[in-house]
Amino acid sequence: MDATGRIPRSGMRAAALGVAAACALAWTGTTLAQQTKIKIGLMLPYTGTYAALGTAITNGFKLAIQENGGKLGGREIEYFTVDDESDPAKAPDNANKLIKRDQVDVLVGTVHSGVALAMSKVARDNNTLLIIPNAGADEITGPLCAANVFRSSFSNSQFGIAMGKVMADQTKKTAVTLTWKYAAGDESVGGFKEAFEAGGGKVVKELSLPFPQVEFQPYLTEIAALKPDVVYAFFAGGGAVKFVKDYAAAGLTKTIPLVGPGFLTDGTLDAQGESAQGLLTTLHYGDGLNLPKNNAFRAAYAKTFSTPPDVYAVQGYDAAQLLIAGVNAVKGDLSKRADVVKAMETAKIESPRGAFALSKSHNPIHDIYLRKVDGKENKVIAVAIKNLNDPPRGCKL
Amino acid sequence: MDVYTFLIQLLNGVQYGLLLFLVASGLTLIFGIMGIINLAHGSFYMIGAYMAFTLSSLTGSLWIAIVAGTLLAVLLGVILEWALFSHLYKRDHLQQVLLTYGLILVFEELRSLIVGNDVHGVPVPALFDWSIPLTATLSYPVYRLVMSAICVALAALLYVFIHRTRPGMMIRAGASNREMVASLGLNINLVYRLVFALGVALAAFAGMIAAPVSSVYPGMGTQVLIICFVVVVIGGIGSIRGALVAALLIGLADTFGKVFIPELSGITVYLLMAVVLLWRPEGLFRGAA
Repeated sequence: MDATGRIPRSGMRAAALGVAAACALAWTGTTLAQQTKIKIGLMLPYTGTYAALGTAITNGFKLAIQENGGKLGGREIEYFTVDDESDPAKAPDNANKLIKRDQVDVLVGTVHSGVALAMSKVARDNNTLLIIPNAGADEITGPLCAANVFRSSFSNSQFGIAMGKVMADQTKKTAVTLTWKYAAGDESVGGFKEAFEAGGGKVVKELSLPFPQVEFQPYLTEIAALKPDVVYAFFAGGGAVKFVKDYAAAGLTKTIPLVGPGFLTDGTLDAQGESAQGLLTTLHYGDGLNLPKNNAFRAAYAKTFSTPPDVYAVQGYDAAQLLIAGVNAVKGDLSKRADVVKAMETAKIESPRGAFALSKSHNPIHDIYLRKVDGKENKVIAVAIKNLNDPPRGCKL
Repeated sequence: MDVYTFLIQLLNGVQYGLLLFLVASGLTLIFGIMGIINLAHGSFYMIGAYMAFTLSSLTGSLWIAIVAGTLLAVLLGVILEWALFSHLYKRDHLQQVLLTYGLILVFEELRSLIVGNDVHGVPVPALFDWSIPLTATLSYPVYRLVMSAICVALAALLYVFIHRTRPGMMIRAGASNREMVASLGLNINLVYRLVFALGVALAAFAGMIAAPVSSVYPGMGTQVLIICFVVVVIGGIGSIRGALVAALLIGLADTFGKVFIPELSGITVYLLMAVVLLWRPEGLFRGAA
């Protein structure tokens, strides 16, 4: 603050110098703090279509930290936030900003798989600890897995695998799949096909359309002509709303049940209304999950943020729980990286979704629930698969 | 595929094409007659859909929402033309692209501030909320047929308006020679203002009648924008008749592309465009208005 006092007397040149000095002071300040504070870089979408998801993840993350006394392994925390805009093209720059400029100890993000893939590359190159609180791309905990990359959410194929098993158990014989032609959809459908055919069913046709097209009528006509026992569809957001409504309007719901991963009916039920009633979906979370941890979490979250939590808040919360397990084990001494990783790998996370541990490739091994749409809720009606682990997909950990 | 399924797919294609025509007709008017490249056209479609959502939940009737929304869209068109676009007629296309791209960002952000980022459904009016059974498993929603009928009626009205009425004649004259029309004592600025308002209203109207089947969601405008430009380019810039034919062609190409060559379904429309442009570089009905 001394520097600012001199500025009016010394003119513009000195003002510039003053600003520079102030910046230098501030900078020294942070480097000093670095020894005491743990720096967490939150790289999440805060604008655009996924803004609400980014906010929920951040809230969940901070809630878990707050419940841990606002500290990690006894050290104070400093957050650095970057809006990733769900733009894969900007992802390497954004991740590098946090790692190189802000020198964060831990990177947390993100929602969009394309962005998360870029982040995991940067994290691997710099050996920075990365926790992914949503993006489900199979590769991240498959062929691209790494000792320093963790995921607190799910992999895309998990929900497909669970639904494939449920449908095969219901002795459905034939299925048609429909998805947007991109990685998440392909992986989800792949998981369904794998489990459904292993259970004795047959996927008779795999339909797909370019993302994010929403003209479904030709596909509905084709499905009606093929008359499968079940249709497995992967859509989210606006596409999910339109597809579920079109499917019902075409009268198909009465004869050919529609199923899918939870995204088909999550956060969209208000808009889908009557047309979604009774639909079955699979996800690692749902409404009416009566677990003590979940009830406590929901109450605390609603009290802190005055809005009910969703699955994204849970994933953010668990990302922080995972980090807490790792950092507490070394009492905040992050230089013991191997011990941090080991503690995270072996941690049993008391998640609102139910307790889970991590697989060898650092993806949750968790229960996948079967949910049924009832009014405005995705009610959990059964466990589709207990402790579902991903098939090994070329991860060498 | 049996004949019956084929016919249903034909219906799907025609129905999709007619809706495309409705959105694209406004673009071809503004592009062809005023020479403005309007990237914000998709935003007007989006604004229409969101108006249908907001006004119909306020008033409880989609029809009231459509009437009120169309009037608001005309007003928006007049204001935008007066405040922004009227300064662009003598500038080059790059500046038009810059302005209209900026408008896309502004409208998306306003939409986010006012209505939020959630997906919303718009209920189908009760009168048409039923389906006609076509096969044992498939029914056709009546509202989709109503939409097609509205599109056909509007196409006919537009054609008559442009080709058989005095204001239509002024518009056609203004398109071919702005100075000449002005020197004949016609208020060309007013004509342009009305054409622009009409273009905006057509896009918003399309958004409104499509809202019950498409739902409203962030980014919906940019989705229709590209396909609209394809319609305009295939049909011939500025031609209403061309836009109708092109939209139907695209609807059919897209539908049957999805059925017969699913691997290429993303590009059938663009293949069609390439073929048409090789055959007729100016589009099917260049300059006929």
